[in-house]
This record gives sequence, structure tokens and C-alpha cells, in this order.
Amino acid sequence: MNDRVKWVPLVLFILLGAALTYGLAKPNDTNITSKMIGASVPSFTLPPATKTLPGLASADLANGKPHLVNIFASWCVPCIAEAPQLKAIADAGVPVVGIAVRDRPEALARFLGRNGNPFQAIGADDASQVQMAFGSSGVPESFVVDGKGRILQQTIGPINPPDVAGVIATVKAAR
Amino acid sequence: MKRLMLALALLSAPVLADSDLPPAPLADTQLADPRQEARAKALMETIRCLVCQGQSIADSDAELAGDMRAMVRERIAAGEKPAQIRAWLVRRYGSWVSYDPPLNRTTWLLWSAPALFLVVGIMIAARSFRRRRR
Repeated sequence: MNDRVKWVPLVLFILLGAALTYGLAKPNDTNITSKMIGASVPSFTLPPATKTLPGLASADLANGKPHLVNIFASWCVPCIAEAPQLKAIADAGVPVVGIAVRDRPEALARFLGRNGNPFQAIGADDASQVQMAFGSSGVPESFVVDGKGRILQQTIGPINPPDVAGVIATVKAAR
Repeated sequence: MKRLMLALALLSAPVLADSDLPPAPLADTQLADPRQEARAKALMETIRCLVCQGQSIADSDAELAGDMRAMVRERIAAGEKPAQIRAWLVRRYGSWVSYDPPLNRTTWLLWSAPALFLVVGIMIAARSFRRRRR
């Protein structure tokens, strides 16, 4: 056997070890991005989630105005942290609508009373069906939808204070 | 006091993580038609849970997995084919959500690896037999 060929297995082994070490050291990204970005919102009609606000249908999102669709729940702790940012976005003139996942009207009313209400409408998604149709895998998640009902952007997890300006800009650009 | 705090901690933790709605009707109830249930079960075992990543929705206790099982059973009962339901999910979450990877540009190596290893093995064996005969 050739002298050089003898070293091939060792080199391959070191390369494999390096690749595995890199895979272990690299932080694992567990976010699952929706493949619906660029597509039209799925067709849906949801009943009102509270007595005080109307429900939500896909037709409401194709009324010529861009919207921020917030998928949330009163039982979701990060959604409480997100509330002030949603208020800031609504105050900037962005229509914010909600999809409440597996929620109860009384619990939702308490949540809105305690954390403020940035929503124009909230649909009740009791079996997560519309959440799945959006390609969303948790709460909170937010989707920017343009006036024709096309999904432009997804935010996974709460919208944090540094993200507010970007979300408002995306919505304004969609006009 | 310690016992009271422990009881409170045990009570409060699940409340923070999950909703208090009961599971969807078909999340944990089999379909009446055993053939439909078998088709639904086979599909659920190859759909990945979005919450407990690495478990199938048939195995996962996450609420979203329950809602996904209910969705699968409802659609099978309504006459949809398992392949259509899988395609609906893949359109939303990518092929990540399926434990049955399609053959495409990123997965061809995965699918052809067994054949490649077999060819390499035959080559090594053939060479070593030839050497021994000499």
C-alpha cells in the first residue's frame, strides 16, 4: 500500500470529528419559519373571542389596508411582555388584529383589562386550526399582511422594543 | 409553609405553560371506522410535532400536537387522502414537519447513501479477495 494512502482514514476521521464538534458547538435554532410568507392568507372565519370585539375573517385582511395579525393567548406569558409593543404599533396607526389560540372569553377579557387592548378584532381559534393554516407553531407570533391579503413577514416570539420600528416600517411600506 | 409553597408551585407551573381548554374532541379519540383510524394513525406517526421537536404528533403530549391529531382525524374522516394532508402541512412548515423526507436536490445523497455504501463495500471486498488469491 502507498505510504500516503495509509493516512487517508485518519484524515477522514479528523474531518468527521471536526464536523461533529462544530454541530455540537453551534447553537440549535428551533424556530420553524412559516412557508406561507409571500402567499395569500389562508381562507378562514373565526367567531369573536370576547363580547367587546368583533371576530376575524380572511376577508377582513384583504380590505385594501395592511394589518398586523398577532397570534396570541391570555395564558401565554411572553404575550404579556409583548403588550406594550403592540400598543405602540397600534398607536402608530397600524391596524392590529388578533387570533386568540385556545382561549376563554372571560380569561381574554381579564388579559385585555390588565395589559391594554391594541386589537380592532380578535377571532377565537379554539382548536389551533387557523394557527396551523398560517404555518405558525406557537404563541406569540405576528404576521404583517398587505392590503390584498398577502403575508409579507413573520415574527416568531414576542415583538421586542427594538423590533417595533421595523414592524411599523414594513406595514407602512405595504400601503 | 414549605408544603404549601410546594403545592402552589406544582399547581402554578402547568397553568403558565398551557391553555385551560380541554383537548379537541378527536385529539385522543379514535375514529369509528378502524380502516380510517389506521390511515390516520400511520400519518400521525410520520408528522413531526412543532413543540416537542423530535417526537411525532402521535407520541407528543403538547396541546398543539393534540390539535394536529384532531385535524388529521377530521380530514381523514372527511375523505381526504393522507398524502394530501401531509402536503398541506409541508406547504406551511416545510418538509421539516414530515418524517418521510421527499427525494429532492438536498436529500438525494441521503436516499442514495445505502446504494453508495453497498458499491464501496463490494469494491473493497473484491480487492481483498483478489489479494488473498495471489
